[in-house]
Amino acid sequence: MNNKEAVIRTSGVTKIYDSGEIQVEALRGINLVIKPGELVAIMGASGSGKSTMLNILGCLDYPSGGDYHLDGIHINNLDRDQLADIRNKKIGFVFQGFNLLARTSAFENVELPLLYSRRQEIGDLEQLTRQALERVGLGDRTHHFPNQLSGGQQQRVAIARALVNHPAIVLADEPTGNLDTRTSIEIMATFQELNRQGITIILVTHEHDIADYCKRIIEFRDGHIIRDQEVAHPRDAHRDLETGQFQISGLGERP
Amino acid sequence: MKWKNLIKVAFKSIVKNKMRTLLTMLGIIIGVAAVIVMVAIGKGAEKRIQDQIASMGTNLIMVYPGSMQSRGVRMGADSGVRLSLDDVDRLKKTATLIDAVSPVVRTGVQVIGGSGNWNTIVYGGSEQYLEIRDWDLTSGDNFTANDIRAQNKICVIGQTIVKNLFPDEDPVGQQLRLRNVPFKVIGILKERGQNAFGMDQDDVIIAPYSTVLYRLSGHVHINQIIARASSLEQMKAAQVEITAIMRESHKLPEGEDDDFTVRNQTDIASTAQETTQVLTILLASIASISLLVGGIGIMNIMLVSVTERTHEIGIRMAIGARSRDILVQFLIEAIVLSLSGGLIGVLIGFGATWIVHQATGWNTVIAPQNVFLSFGFAGAVGIFFGYYPARKAAALNPIEALRYE
Repeated sequence: MNNKEAVIRTSGVTKIYDSGEIQVEALRGINLVIKPGELVAIMGASGSGKSTMLNILGCLDYPSGGDYHLDGIHINNLDRDQLADIRNKKIGFVFQGFNLLARTSAFENVELPLLYSRRQEIGDLEQLTRQALERVGLGDRTHHFPNQLSGGQQQRVAIARALVNHPAIVLADEPTGNLDTRTSIEIMATFQELNRQGITIILVTHEHDIADYCKRIIEFRDGHIIRDQEVAHPRDAHRDLETGQFQISGLGERP
Repeated sequence: MKWKNLIKVAFKSIVKNKMRTLLTMLGIIIGVAAVIVMVAIGKGAEKRIQDQIASMGTNLIMVYPGSMQSRGVRMGADSGVRLSLDDVDRLKKTATLIDAVSPVVRTGVQVIGGSGNWNTIVYGGSEQYLEIRDWDLTSGDNFTANDIRAQNKICVIGQTIVKNLFPDEDPVGQQLRLRNVPFKVIGILKERGQNAFGMDQDDVIIAPYSTVLYRLSGHVHINQIIARASSLEQMKAAQVEITAIMRESHKLPEGEDDDFTVRNQTDIASTAQETTQVLTILLASIASISLLVGGIGIMNIMLVSVTERTHEIGIRMAIGARSRDILVQFLIEAIVLSLSGGLIGVLIGFGATWIVHQATGWNTVIAPQNVFLSFGFAGAVGIFFGYYPARKAAALNPIEALRYE
C-alpha cells in the first residue's frame, strides 16, 4: 500500500513525555493505516494513549519517534506554522465540549476556519459556510448563539465547522461525551451520513455503544494497539432512532 | 491569513466584549482627554499673552533712553541720556521703513473733574500715537497735528477714567483739571483691559505731547519714542535704520555703545511666552503620565484577557490559526482599542475644554497638531503595551490551551 492511498499512515510512532525525573511512554510504536472513506472508533481507557494518538493525528503535537504521513504529507518535518496550515486545510476537529466561541453566532463559528485559511481561491465564504451548516441540518439556525442551541445542535455546529474547509479527515474526541443517549445517536447518525458521502472520520470514545456505529474499531492499552478489527455490520443510527431500539437495549448505560 | 479577515476577527472580538472593551479604553480615554484639556489651557494662556502684546500695537518699535556710562560705572536706564524731540523729528524726516512715529511723554497727575478726582498717568503723544498703538476711539475724535502745534489743552481718556469720573454722563466735551490746568475731553478710548504684565491699560489720559511737555510736566526731554514699521517683515530692518539715525542724532562716534535701546514687541513677548510655554509643557507632561497609565491599563486588561481567553486561543489554533495570526489579532485589538479610546478621548477633551472655558472664562486653544499628537501617541501606546500580551497569547501551546478551562 503506498502513501497516496492512505489518508493516515503511521509507522513506529512513539510519544514520550519527559517531565525531568520521570519519562512516560504514552505511545510505544504505533503502526496505523487509515484509508479514505473509513469510519474508525479509537477506544481505550484513560491513560491508554488514545488522546495522545489523537493529538498527534490532529497535528497538535509532534511524535517523539516514528513517521506520520497525513494525506501524503510527511508531518514530522513541518514547523509550527506549517502544522497550523495542515490543521486548517486537512483536519476538522470535533471536541467533547463542543468548543464553540461564546457570543459568536453559529454562522461565525463555522466561518472561522475559512478566515484563517491561506488558500488563494477559497470561494465564497458565505456560501461555503451555509453549505456546511445545511449538511448538518442547521440551515435554519445560522444566527443563533451557542447558548441558544441545545447540546446536540452545538455539536452539529462544531461538525459543520470541521467540515467547512473540506478536510481530508474529521477527528472527533469523545463527540458524544457531553450528550444524552438519544442526542448521541443523532450525532452518530450525522457522522454516518457524512461518512456515506465519503468523508473519513476517526472518533475517540470509551463507550462501546458508540463504537458499534463505526466500521472499524481500534483499541488502545498502555500505548499499544491491542485490537484492530473491521465491523462487518455496524449498527445503523438512523434505524435505531426510528425504532427507538437503543432505549430497549439500554444503550449508553453500560459502563 | 488575509489581513481583511484578521481585522474582521479582531473587530468581532472587541464588539463581543463590550464591558471589557470599555474598561480597557477608559484609561486611554481619560489620558487623551487630559492631554487635550491641559494643553488647551496652556495654549490658551499663551494665546492670551500674545493677544495682549499684540494689543500694545502692531509692528510697534520702542526707543528707550539708554544707560549713561561714567568711567566704567553704568548707571542704569533713564539715568542721564535723554531722548529729545529732535530725535523724533529726525526719525520722521529720514527714516524710510517706518510710517508713523510719536514721542511719549509720561507724567502722573491728580485729575479733578466730573464726579470727583482720580490719580492717573497722562501720556503725551503725537497725533499718530493712537494709530501706532493700534487703539480706536469709541466716541469723539483724536487730536490733530494742529492741536500739537497750538499746544491745545485737549485730551482723550481711557475707560477707567470714564468709569471713575463720568459714571453717568457723556465725558466728551467735559472739562478735566490736570494739576489745575483745564483740559477738554474730545474723545474716549476703546477698552483694552490689562496688559501682559497686569497693568490696567485703560487708566490713561492721552494728550498732545507739546501740551503735556510745556503745560504739565515742564520737562523738555521725552520718556520714549514709539514708531510703527511699515510691515512686519521690515521690523528688523526698521530697527537697524532707527538705530543708525539715533546714533547720528546723538552724534555717537564709531565704536561707542548706543546710549539708547531699540526694542520691539517680540523681545517683550518672548519673555512672557517662555513663561507660559513652561506652563504648557508642565501641564502636558502631567497629562502624558495619565496617558501612560492608560497604556498600562490596556496591557493589564490584555494580559488578563489572554488568560481568560486561553481556551478560545486553543480553539483558534486547533482550527488552523498560526501563532502570527493570534499575535496580529491581539495586536489589532490593542490598537483598535487604544485608537477608539483615543478618538473618544479627543471628543471628551473637546467637551471638557469647552466646559473649562465656560466655567472659568480662561482662554483655551485646541491646536490640531496636539489632537493628532495625542491620538497618535494613544495608538503607539496600544502597540507598545499590546505587544507583550499578544506575544504571550501567540506562544501558547495549542494542546494546553485547549485543555485550559
